[in-house]
Amino acid sequence: MIICENLAFSYEGVNVLSDVSFEIKSGEYICIVGENGSGKSTLVKGILGLKNPSSGRIIYDGISKKDIGYLPQYSQSKCDFPSSVYEVVLSGRLNSMRGRAFFNKEDKAEAQKAMQLMDILRIKRQNFSELSGGQKQRVLLARALCSAKKLIVLDEPASGLDPKVSYDMYSLVKRINSELGITILMVSHDIRSAIEFSSHILHLNKTQTFYGEKEAYVESEIGKNYLCIWGCEHHVH
Amino acid sequence: MFIDAIIEIFSHSFMVRALITGLFISITASILGVSLVLKRYSMIGDGLSHVGFGALAISTALGFAPLVVAVPVVIIAAFFLLRLSNNAKTKGDAAIALISTSSLAFGVLAVSLSGANSDLNSYLFGSIISVSKLDMYLSVALSALVVVIYSLLYNRIFAVTFDEDFTSATGTNTGAYNMLIANLTAFTVVLGMRVLGALLISSLIIFPCLTAMRVFKTYKSVVICACVLSAVTFLVGLVASFMLKTPTGATIVLANLIAYLVFFVIGKARGKIHIKAKGA
Repeated sequence: MIICENLAFSYEGVNVLSDVSFEIKSGEYICIVGENGSGKSTLVKGILGLKNPSSGRIIYDGISKKDIGYLPQYSQSKCDFPSSVYEVVLSGRLNSMRGRAFFNKEDKAEAQKAMQLMDILRIKRQNFSELSGGQKQRVLLARALCSAKKLIVLDEPASGLDPKVSYDMYSLVKRINSELGITILMVSHDIRSAIEFSSHILHLNKTQTFYGEKEAYVESEIGKNYLCIWGCEHHVH
Repeated sequence: MFIDAIIEIFSHSFMVRALITGLFISITASILGVSLVLKRYSMIGDGLSHVGFGALAISTALGFAPLVVAVPVVIIAAFFLLRLSNNAKTKGDAAIALISTSSLAFGVLAVSLSGANSDLNSYLFGSIISVSKLDMYLSVALSALVVVIYSLLYNRIFAVTFDEDFTSATGTNTGAYNMLIANLTAFTVVLGMRVLGALLISSLIIFPCLTAMRVFKTYKSVVICACVLSAVTFLVGLVASFMLKTPTGATIVLANLIAYLVFFVIGKARGKIHIKAKGA
């Protein structure tokens, strides 16, 4: 549904990512992995149209922005924003409104459904900014679900969450993928969960160093090395 | 006695004009203010008012009709200020301060060169007597426009204000909405300067939202509360300034400050009760 051809991105003339070519096919669950500063978030922003590539092209085949849901990287800036959980989730239906000024019954029903799936119905009236990190991410995932018809893009949905809450988050994403058939493109720090849940791995290190099925990744040189670094780190802790 | 005073105040036709103009401008400013404050664009309102002052002063000095020059200039300024604050690399807040103080300097120079010092005061601090019938009609029309646009685009404006990246990524032209808010703010600032003055107009934008946020926690309730607050504080400030013979603009800002402090205390008290209830 989305094809990236020889993509490159730069900030202020400095190349941060180059030679990225891969294809997102319907139903896949793709994890983008790599070190900090390897260009993961930049690539995601490019695919979402938030940042223009410096060269290469992105072909959208049978998908438009209105079919996409997005869970941005966690930011502190919303910490004093007055809004209820329901207001936030419902705002995900914006791209289904077309010319309408107000949300209709269907929009509200979809928001209700998304909140039910994320198990946040009982905090519907609460203030978004006062929720815990894990609850906030569930709310934002519910919003992404409301706006997604075909694809959800997630940028480190579990950063800053404890292991149990992270695992729940990844499981929810997996359910969205397998039960609702929504394609997933996720930036992740957590290589173990990436291997466990995804179907494909895209490994970036300023350039594309691996793209393929996760089974092949685990057997590849780069995959083995990367997994080893993580394994060793975990061992030390 | 209080009723008598009010009846007396509004027996002057200029006070009725000030009341209507100010009330409509206050409500408009407070609605736009919610988006500006939450998007951290408060400085844009401030910058626009200084540019507005410069433009008004220069156009008066050159003998043009003030609004005809000021409105387009401020709209162009809104465009640039928005670009500046979106561009993290150029230190947006410093650049805005640069533009606003320069405009202030140009305005002061223009007024002093044209030799009308009383005008300087009325631009900087507002002058109730200078509110004309045209100002009144324009502000009523503008307010009606803002309220209608805001209501129709309410859900979109909420989404753009809450999370611009998400809203843009999922297919909404967020730049257009930012521009719309900045343009409406530009109009509001220029019209409101006649009542409150260039130095104080941005308080109409910032105060009601901040005050409402102390107590209310959903977007809709903050917008509604900000509207009500701005109307009440304007009314109280206007009447008080007339009775106490104090400058109107400053009195209205003080009324806003008092409201803020009251809401601050209520918010704190509520927070404590909330925490206690949770702990029990």
